[in-house]
Amino acid sequence: MKPAAFAYHRVERTEDALERLAELGDEAKVVAGGQSLVPMMNFRLVRPPALVDISRIPELRYVMRDGDSLRVGALTRHREVECLSDPDIVSGYEVLPAAARWVGHLPIRTRGTFGGSIAHADPSAEWCMMAVLLDATVVVAGPEGEREIAARDFFLGFFTTTIEPGELVVEVRFPRPRPLAAIQEFARRHGDFAVVAAAVAVDLDGDRIDDARVVVGGVDEVPLRAEAAEEVLDAASAGDDTFAEAARAAAAAVEPSSDVHGSAEYRKELTAVLVRRALADAVARRGGTEDGRGA
Amino acid sequence: MAREVAPPTPTAAAGRWVGRSIRRYEDPRHLTGTASFVDDIQRTGLLHLAYARSPHAVARIRAIDTSAAARLDGVRAVLVAQDLDAAAPLRPILNRDDFVGVEMPLLAQDRVRHVGEPLALVVADSPHVAEDAAERIEVDYEVGEAVIAMDAALAQDAPRVHDEGNVLLDAAFHDDPELDGLLEDAALVVEETISSARVTAVPMEGRACLAEWDDRDQRLTLWSSTQVPHVVRTTVAALLGMPERALRVVAPDVGGGFGQKCVVAREEALACIAARRVGAPVKWVEDRRENLIAGFQGHEQRFALRAGFDGDGRLLGVAADISCDVGAYSTHPFTCGVEPLMAATELLGPYAVRHYRAHARAVATNKPPMAPYRGVSRPQMVLAMERLLQRAARRLELDDVEIRRRNLIPADQLPWTGPAGLVLDSGSYHESLELCAGALHVEAFRARQRAAREEGRLLGLGLACFAERTGYGTEAFNQRKMSVTPGYDSAIARMDPTGGVTIYVGTSGHGQGHLTTLAQVAADHLGVDPDQIEVRQSDTDSTPYGWGTFASRSMVVGGGATQRAATALADRVRRLAAHLLEAAPEDVELRDGRAFVRGSPEHALSFADLARVAYLEAQKLPEDERPGLEAQATFDPPGTFSNATHGCVVEVDPETARVRIERYVVAEDCGVMINPAIVEGQVRGGVAQGIAAALYEELVLGEDGQPQTTSLMDYLVPTAAEIPPIEILHLETPSEYSETGAKGMGEGGTMGAPACVATAVADAVAHLGIEIDRVPVRPDHLLAALRRAEPAERGASR
Amino acid sequence: MSDVHLISLVVNGTRHEVAVEPRRTLADVLRHDLGYTGTHVGCEHGICGACTVLLDGEPCRSCLIFGVQADDTAVETVEGLAQEGKLNPLQEAFTEHHALQCGFCTPGFLMLATALLRENPAPSDDEIREAMASNICRCTGYQSILEAVRAAADAAGEAHRE
Repeated sequence: MKPAAFAYHRVERTEDALERLAELGDEAKVVAGGQSLVPMMNFRLVRPPALVDISRIPELRYVMRDGDSLRVGALTRHREVECLSDPDIVSGYEVLPAAARWVGHLPIRTRGTFGGSIAHADPSAEWCMMAVLLDATVVVAGPEGEREIAARDFFLGFFTTTIEPGELVVEVRFPRPRPLAAIQEFARRHGDFAVVAAAVAVDLDGDRIDDARVVVGGVDEVPLRAEAAEEVLDAASAGDDTFAEAARAAAAAVEPSSDVHGSAEYRKELTAVLVRRALADAVARRGGTEDGRGA
Repeated sequence: MAREVAPPTPTAAAGRWVGRSIRRYEDPRHLTGTASFVDDIQRTGLLHLAYARSPHAVARIRAIDTSAAARLDGVRAVLVAQDLDAAAPLRPILNRDDFVGVEMPLLAQDRVRHVGEPLALVVADSPHVAEDAAERIEVDYEVGEAVIAMDAALAQDAPRVHDEGNVLLDAAFHDDPELDGLLEDAALVVEETISSARVTAVPMEGRACLAEWDDRDQRLTLWSSTQVPHVVRTTVAALLGMPERALRVVAPDVGGGFGQKCVVAREEALACIAARRVGAPVKWVEDRRENLIAGFQGHEQRFALRAGFDGDGRLLGVAADISCDVGAYSTHPFTCGVEPLMAATELLGPYAVRHYRAHARAVATNKPPMAPYRGVSRPQMVLAMERLLQRAARRLELDDVEIRRRNLIPADQLPWTGPAGLVLDSGSYHESLELCAGALHVEAFRARQRAAREEGRLLGLGLACFAERTGYGTEAFNQRKMSVTPGYDSAIARMDPTGGVTIYVGTSGHGQGHLTTLAQVAADHLGVDPDQIEVRQSDTDSTPYGWGTFASRSMVVGGGATQRAATALADRVRRLAAHLLEAAPEDVELRDGRAFVRGSPEHALSFADLARVAYLEAQKLPEDERPGLEAQATFDPPGTFSNATHGCVVEVDPETARVRIERYVVAEDCGVMINPAIVEGQVRGGVAQGIAAALYEELVLGEDGQPQTTSLMDYLVPTAAEIPPIEILHLETPSEYSETGAKGMGEGGTMGAPACVATAVADAVAHLGIEIDRVPVRPDHLLAALRRAEPAERGASR
Repeated sequence: MSDVHLISLVVNGTRHEVAVEPRRTLADVLRHDLGYTGTHVGCEHGICGACTVLLDGEPCRSCLIFGVQADDTAVETVEGLAQEGKLNPLQEAFTEHHALQCGFCTPGFLMLATALLRENPAPSDDEIREAMASNICRCTGYQSILEAVRAAADAAGEAHRE
């Protein structure tokens, strides 16, 4: 399982990356952590004639708080998000380090990058789900400059985004803290890609739910906003009955496929279970911090 | 996390070293990265081999165009079937009328019969270029209709995998004219059909081999990741039409085998051919995709059982119809008959059944061939028997432990001859059941289970009792009528002129710690510490002819040969010492590398002194003693059975159907344990593979034979997060047939775990009317069954 | 298409310069260009972890990194663990607890455990299990590996306190 031959270019500045991509043309690929790309290359599922290695661009590796918003540089490693602990940076965004612990295993998390995961666009990937859940903006740099794309518009299908050839994800920006958020996953083995994952975020006004977001991964080509579930939740009273109803609505709304890890029917069942558990988890955070481990 | 281990209380006379968990001599090389697996071997001018493999399950090959491949920079040779000179195909045979022999070509020529079948090879400067070139080989296929499911293969007018037909073994194994009458009159008749999925061994190192021709000596050396170096030598030399003495086969460090490497691979012969053709050393390293797609596989079986019980739950008779999906070819030397024949022979296990009928068949399909993967058919047969007992217990409202109590063969009835003639020599079936059940606190569990059910939680208890056939010799293998009859093994014990001891043995350890355990056996007889004994294995140039390591044979057969050779060497040492010390040999003791007359330890001769005389001062030898200090021995036992009871507690999540194993207990008896830590390691590793078979692993193919589990993301080998701690309790019933008192036990873990886990899951959901009759138990299927059962029976919803 | 790059990397404290084709992974380079065959290749798609090494102190899968990406880095492999021919405490713990059988996965587990214990010298049992679940072993059933890492952590803790 050796990859096909390719030319290798390493850059240390964003401008150089863009310039090199422009020179090399559409078939060149960007490599950062390589944790998604290199296995595909080893299987020869993809055969880019050229790789542009951006992993050492220092200015793209940061996590910073900008007022309410959290800005994650594209080259931030999963592990760095997992280890975020400074309350000045992470408070209200605890769901991100919680989600990081679901990403593969430790040796994957030391190399894999936030931006790489977003650009790879696996619909059950944690960062893709988080981006949709928290209404993130994906900042993309290109030859014409930077542009901002709302997460809900960014993912088009399996491994497909609105990034144009020659463009680069440089940042993912989360607009506002959502302390009452949680993610729950079901995988056959620890560390595997989720068969189904559910991520939720709510605001609470007393007992009343507001601005609910429910995102399901593993059931569609993109991380799916379960709007039917959100409608059940908005203005409803937080509690087991509400969560169960929202969960049922989410399950009814998804049309997953079958594969070796689970039938379509199973994925629907899991959708309901995981949405319900995630809601209970998210709301429970109101009392303080809690560990969002799941199914 | 302390290991709970009851130290064994040896009833046999173990010496100072047998019975001790000493550290392994194998370890330092692995811990420091100085081990040498095939892909670690470096050679000047080494070239690399890659294969073009069929993407189709069935096709006629109309044409192969290798020109684009051959043109690639760095490619040295491209070979197809027509280029293989006089090399013969593999034709594994059983000399039985009910067996159909088929040929496995080294490279497919006119037709391919499974996805991954090799049809061309490339030799190139690097594995990267070899793979580039293999891709450029163009094959004109006429794709045919694949036979994938066993039932499809058995259907009338099924497409033929081979011209000879799809049933390669059709054995009316045993019959009993009284059986039908018994079943008719039985108080309870239970019928069931149990099936298990196709799985693959996934050793961490795939297959690999390196072939090099020596011009000066006119000999070929094949380094191979194999469990059976002598078998490979004999077979490959014959395939290539070369004198066997001109071929040396060496297994260097081998990264696991589990039976996938106890048969000869076509790639081993092909590497030799390629090396001669290009005049340079050639190496092939199987990658994981090849290993998962085309590597030898197994365990895809179906047991249809019909059994009669009396009103007290005693088994009166069992009728079994067994089908094994053996893939597209037989493997050599065990053939496709190994799974069905082992299933039929050993199905009844440790249970006192007097009336038996078994029909067993090997069914060919367009899948990669079966090789005997750890446990062979025993995981499946134990599953079938334990589910049978579980069903009967439920119907008769008997406790699961009690029904086994009533059916296990009591110790005082051993040796027991089963209805088809299989003899169980010794064992502790009831004791292991009681020990295991005791550890699980079954009564208390039942109360907890009932309470949990009220809360809508699903807890279950599983049990599996079995007897593991091990260390069988020529006579036992001869029953199978293979073209070559494995069974005996050999050892040479040699003391060199400085008194250093080396044991050369015909078995071939690859993780089992033989360099340590065989040294322990020899040490007790030679009176030296085991770290003064070097064990050499796996090199056909220096070791006596032997059958390698598989079928839980090495401690029994290799250990027996080692003990005999060591004893014979010790006798020679004593005789020589007696002569030099002017005493009678029976009065000479060997201890700490010295020989002395009992009672006068200060008048001693060191082994160095004695060896010096034997080799370098032969004038001092007695008249009838020849120079040198060496002894060779063979050992050929009838075989001996170890036994165990596995028990576990599981919880099934009613919302996701995830199965979590809360506790797993093994009460095992393998006779005298040479090295208890190594025994426990084998149990744990085997149980892990068995849990994998119960809950995770399955090779999935589409209807057209396209494999869908082609990476470790899809073929689910469990991690440390999925495997619970295994509590191990030991019993010791020494074998009368093994010289050391040891019994084999390497496969027991895989034999008990699928049944143990499946019966536990079944126990958790039986009250809902759900039966568990297939492994692996998939969560989606289980959840669907839970949902179907819901309206009527489910407890309080969450 | 395929150019050759000169890379420089330090392996277990020794600097190496080597010319490599971009598609050679770090595992390939370590094993076949530099002769550090202790690191093994088990899957080439980042699941089994047999190829685990430390890159600038962090555990990673060397089958998923191209050698050219490791230019100007410090790599630690299993060959660097023993000190002057003596097994280090982690290696000792592995042999003491029978935490290896065929040995093929062992270097990967050793490097993984080394990384774990450096970052978290007093891990809980769950943390050990979680970290060790990164790699696959087919022989041991994992229990003895977990026990060995536990013992190594405890021994280091003892040594620290002394």
